[in-house]
Amino acid sequence: MIPQTFDYTAPATLDQALALIAQGAKPLAGGMSLIPMMKLRLAAPEHLVDIGRLKELNYIREDAGALHLGAGCTHYEVETSPLLRGKCPLLSETAAHIGDVQVRNMGTIGGSIAHADPSADYPAALQALEAKIVLRGAQSQRTVAASAFFLDTFATALEPGEIVSEIIVPVEEAGAGASYQKMAQPASGFAIVGVAARLRRSGGKIAMARIGVTGLAGRSFRATAAEKALENTAGSAAEIQAAAALVAQGVEANSDLHASAEYRKHLAAVYAGRALFAALARTA
Amino acid sequence: MNIHVTINGKNYSHDVEPRLLLIHYLREVVGLTGPHIGCETSLCGACTVELGGKAVKSCTMFAVQANGASITTIEGLAANGKLHAIQEAFWNEHGLQCGFCTPGMIMASKQILDRNPNPTEEEIRHGLEGNICRCTGYQHIVNAVKAAAKATGA
Repeated sequence: MIPQTFDYTAPATLDQALALIAQGAKPLAGGMSLIPMMKLRLAAPEHLVDIGRLKELNYIREDAGALHLGAGCTHYEVETSPLLRGKCPLLSETAAHIGDVQVRNMGTIGGSIAHADPSADYPAALQALEAKIVLRGAQSQRTVAASAFFLDTFATALEPGEIVSEIIVPVEEAGAGASYQKMAQPASGFAIVGVAARLRRSGGKIAMARIGVTGLAGRSFRATAAEKALENTAGSAAEIQAAAALVAQGVEANSDLHASAEYRKHLAAVYAGRALFAALARTA
Repeated sequence: MNIHVTINGKNYSHDVEPRLLLIHYLREVVGLTGPHIGCETSLCGACTVELGGKAVKSCTMFAVQANGASITTIEGLAANGKLHAIQEAFWNEHGLQCGFCTPGMIMASKQILDRNPNPTEEEIRHGLEGNICRCTGYQHIVNAVKAAAKATGA
């Protein structure tokens, strides 16, 4: 389990790091995805640039109704941040489901989403939150929606030379309720299927429904048909079950030794129902 | 690459290959064989050490990433011939059988209690998720963490 040789640089600033990444160096943040891949020799970067200790990428702040997270925030920081727990509890709840304590101490939100494992937890929440992802290169900066960021298994909108530098999520609407529910693979902890749901009620009706799904297909996605089916209903148990059943409809589901495509689609409906009921119970 | 680290209060400086994993550095270069190599895939937690106050799996980290950091291994817990309260509790509560997972279990337990001196059983189990005991002696381990919390809180 020894990786191939590589050069290692730990630059003092993000600009220095981006200059090296522009030349083809691979960014290393917490290493919770990259190092296992290097040990298995599925990845063999020639030059690692350590961005894991850059203070410039480690912040959580509120600005104009949105919460901005530096890509270097660890899962533990996302899990425990009082600001996030108060104003975007779905993201904190989701972070608490990732791996284990030691992994959450090291792994970063930027690294996780850049890796784009189809069974990762964050994508479900980021889809449901309609998050924005800021991508930076040595000479560039652009912002893409989460729905346009995750393209396929281990594939994202990142261009060569770019890194994820920031994640932007909304301050949760007053009275809204949210929940993330997952079927974890018992050994790895990854989501066989995970569903994040956000609901807001108004005048006895569901005024807003957002549902993000991970693990089911090659990429995370928003289950818009289920959202539409739920909005403007009273949110009865039958209406929630009917909407949950739509989550997997028309999806080309993953199939592997942990779960067949058919079973994953079944799980998606079950966990969507659990997430929606839990979210509803948390609405004001 | 030259790295400087503080391990169990002592300063070390070594020239290491960037690909040297922290666990191999600790065991083979520094000679601290308390942290164990179990699964080598960041699942079992036997290699857990404390780095800058955080429990980490030293099999999934390069020694160069620890440059400038302060590390505590299981060897650094006992002071002046007296066991750390968590070690004492593992002994009293029979928190180990074969002992292979114990260094990692104790370092993970330390993280739990450092962050939350009075954890519930559920919080203890959540905190130990990243550590596997192949003897399946979990109940006594959980009891040991509870006992350590009581002993240090008293």
